[in-house]
Amino acid sequence: MNRSNRLGVRGWVWAGRFGVERYLYTLHRVTGIGLVIYLFLHIYETGIRLQGREAWEATMALFRTPFFVFLEYVLFVGFIFHAVNGLRLIFTELGYALGKPTRPVYPYRTSVLRHRPVVYVIMILMAILIVLGGVDIFLLPG
Amino acid sequence: MRESIWWTVSIACAVVMVLLLSLHMGIMHLAGLLNVLGLNLGDVRAFSAVVARGKNPVQMVVYVIFLAVALYHGLYGLRGILLEVTQNRRWEVTITGLLFLAGIAAFVYGTYVTVKTFTG
Amino acid sequence: MLAEDQKKVVFRIFRFNSGDGGAPRFQEYTVPVQKGMTVLDGLVYIKENLDGTIAYRSSCRMGICGSCGMIINGFPQLACQTQILHLESQVVEVRPLSNYPVIKDVVPDLSSLMRNHTAVRPYIIRLDDEKERPTREYLQSPQELEAYLQFAYCIKCGLCLAACPTVATDASFLGPQALAAAYRYIADSRDSGMEARAPILDTPHGVWRCHFAGACTEACPKGVDPALAIQLLKRALVLRTLRLARVQAPAPVAPPLAPAPRPDIPKAPEPTVALVREQKSEGVEERRS
Repeated sequence: MNRSNRLGVRGWVWAGRFGVERYLYTLHRVTGIGLVIYLFLHIYETGIRLQGREAWEATMALFRTPFFVFLEYVLFVGFIFHAVNGLRLIFTELGYALGKPTRPVYPYRTSVLRHRPVVYVIMILMAILIVLGGVDIFLLPG
Repeated sequence: MRESIWWTVSIACAVVMVLLLSLHMGIMHLAGLLNVLGLNLGDVRAFSAVVARGKNPVQMVVYVIFLAVALYHGLYGLRGILLEVTQNRRWEVTITGLLFLAGIAAFVYGTYVTVKTFTG
Repeated sequence: MLAEDQKKVVFRIFRFNSGDGGAPRFQEYTVPVQKGMTVLDGLVYIKENLDGTIAYRSSCRMGICGSCGMIINGFPQLACQTQILHLESQVVEVRPLSNYPVIKDVVPDLSSLMRNHTAVRPYIIRLDDEKERPTREYLQSPQELEAYLQFAYCIKCGLCLAACPTVATDASFLGPQALAAAYRYIADSRDSGMEARAPILDTPHGVWRCHFAGACTEACPKGVDPALAIQLLKRALVLRTLRLARVQAPAPVAPPLAPAPRPDIPKAPEPTVALVREQKSEGVEERRS
């Protein structure tokens, strides 16, 4: 324990038995960082086309190897999570889909509880898209 | 400068990204599913297809806008995370400055590639 | 008198003294527990019967003062509102609130909470002179009251800052309590302090460091819902920046109770109270005779 007793980065992952939104917060930034790193790689990689057809096709051949196909799927999962959860956050961070302030009469009905069905819906949506992406990338030709 | 301006722009970029990036990911990575839906775009990653797309002026403009929007949203988000793990004003200026430079560099290179493909 | 079949629960208490420089450790105490006993009751039992050196902070023991916030079995809560048997555990682990310096044992130093709270100017700001030299009460509709009332129930216990993932790393972040307090006043129809508070809230370490993890709301023992207040605050600040905010005049003061005299109605004659009383008493006598 340091003097300030701040949980630090590990507090992003665990601070107690909290609901799912707190973990979505962490996953949103983890996938965000991943996507930013990929964006820079992507800008570099698409620039290879200036070196001509051979260099481009060699790169694309590399991307068709199983390891890179797996990475492509990891990227796809990260993208789906960030996009679908991000769509939710666009609404919530502007105060929508949370309900109106109510009088705090026990048992408390809070915005987080009112909003939770939305979280479950987006998680189901994510699961469907992630499975569909997996079917495409690993099973379907194309 | 008000932080809310930069935040609002980032949210606006997010809205654009949800639409454009979904289209982009669908076309570039989900050819199999599009095939099942009866939409055969051929090998979108083939050199000839890439160059042909790059020669289309609408595509070129969309790519440059897309690049700017993605870099802004991504780097603004990264700045937010980095601000949360650092404390003072000096870090704030350093982080913002470095990420701004990285964004400009990536944008200039990406635009160069796009324009070069369009003209060359 | 305790019943024969009473349960015994082990209290695992975080021990640390910021004054002696020793390392933190845990100490265990066995406490007999009855139905209805709170964790605070357990701590009182230990201090009175087992070990007088443990330190905790408490006052009202009924969830109003906000003194006894601590991490109980991995969740920030008020010791006085947490019943031991409801934890359904043989071990009750008590730690000081996260994200605050520890003074001794489970006593946190809440000065950062108070500093951030006062920084957002948590009081009605008026541009007129009504607050300094009040004439009458303000007019506020029940709907206008509902817009902020929930956020006015904050007891400054500090549990929300222990729950918040951003506060876990960012010492410069204002935190859920202060931001909700700011919105409580901004949403108040009597207040016109948006322009005064915006420079404090609309900063890199201000409201934008919240990403709706919702943990503050889950931890809040009073149902204040700071997460909702913060998201509504973001909307208000964005609308202000985009110049789309509806600028409303602050609540006016109530009109005088007596209506103003109309010029077309003649003035009432001088009161004749004394005369009336005389006549009445005469009348009574007449009837008696």
